[in-house]
Amino acid sequence: MKTETLAELNAERAARRPVILVTDTANGAQRLVKASDIVADPLRAELSKQLRMGKSGMIEAADGRKLFLNVYAPTARLVVIGAVHISQALAPLARALDYDVTVVDPRTAFASPERFPDVPLIAEWPDVALPTLNVDHYTAFVAVTHDPKIDDPALLHAFERDCFYIGALGSRKTHAKRAERLRAQGAKDSDIARIHAPIGLNIGAVSPSEIAVAIMAEITAQLRLPPKEKEEAA
Amino acid sequence: MPATLNRDEDILQAAQDWQKAGHGVALATVVETWGSAPRPAGSSLVINDDGTFLGSVSGGCVEGAVVTEALDVIANGQPKMLEFGVADETAWNVGLSCGGTIRVFVEKVGG
Repeated sequence: MKTETLAELNAERAARRPVILVTDTANGAQRLVKASDIVADPLRAELSKQLRMGKSGMIEAADGRKLFLNVYAPTARLVVIGAVHISQALAPLARALDYDVTVVDPRTAFASPERFPDVPLIAEWPDVALPTLNVDHYTAFVAVTHDPKIDDPALLHAFERDCFYIGALGSRKTHAKRAERLRAQGAKDSDIARIHAPIGLNIGAVSPSEIAVAIMAEITAQLRLPPKEKEEAA
Repeated sequence: MPATLNRDEDILQAAQDWQKAGHGVALATVVETWGSAPRPAGSSLVINDDGTFLGSVSGGCVEGAVVTEALDVIANGQPKMLEFGVADETAWNVGLSCGGTIRVFVEKVGG
């Protein structure tokens, strides 16, 4: 590997931008493909498939060369707005699925280390907490406080940062009211349509733990399914 | 997130740091696996010319052999494909006891 390739690879990874290193294993020739350049790449089908699955692997190119595609995708993160009962079940479950989890809730009675052992907690309002978190596309964003003062500004931040998943707790009726409020604050209809609400796959979840499973299943589908199947699952 | 050395990202940073410090460095990466291989494709081990290494390409079974080969790669600059598996006599010698087969690509950094 060339020194410049390694330096570029490390810089992209530090910036949480996904890259794929393509190596011709017959002679060691390499090139680095940034996610934003995949659409124009001759290997675009293979590259986008491996990136979506977050998996490295060997492929055979059209000319018969064997190429190793090494995928460097940023660690997926979960930001949970609301240190509520559901979040107590959600945080450990998400960690078991390899997400870096952060819980934000300005209400210190909720955001206490006793209720969330070992989970990074920020007991601040979203406008203070979120800018420090560097929320990005590889972040799943979940708002579960049921309090518009806390959830609404957080959701506006999630739109702005293009999170791959945005979910909010509440019935269809609650969500309709939320959509009106967000629209009044300048959110676009296309942004509001990105919110998964009612939150989670419909598996008949009742308890906080079951709701956590439904949420993580929906996030997994959003992360892993190809676009067409994603629409069918939604 | 606190930095931990068992993550592949830190391994690549170490490769860069070692090279900057003037070491000869090689990178070994699992490129293919069959059966129950201990580490998936993309797992890597970085080795410097002192024989110091970080990361893993198996559960510790073949790292010794990979380090030896990597020192050759650092010396001559030629990349090399290694294969370890139960069908291979030498693999038994280095002890890939997990029943899988892995191919490991070893390349020099800055080569």
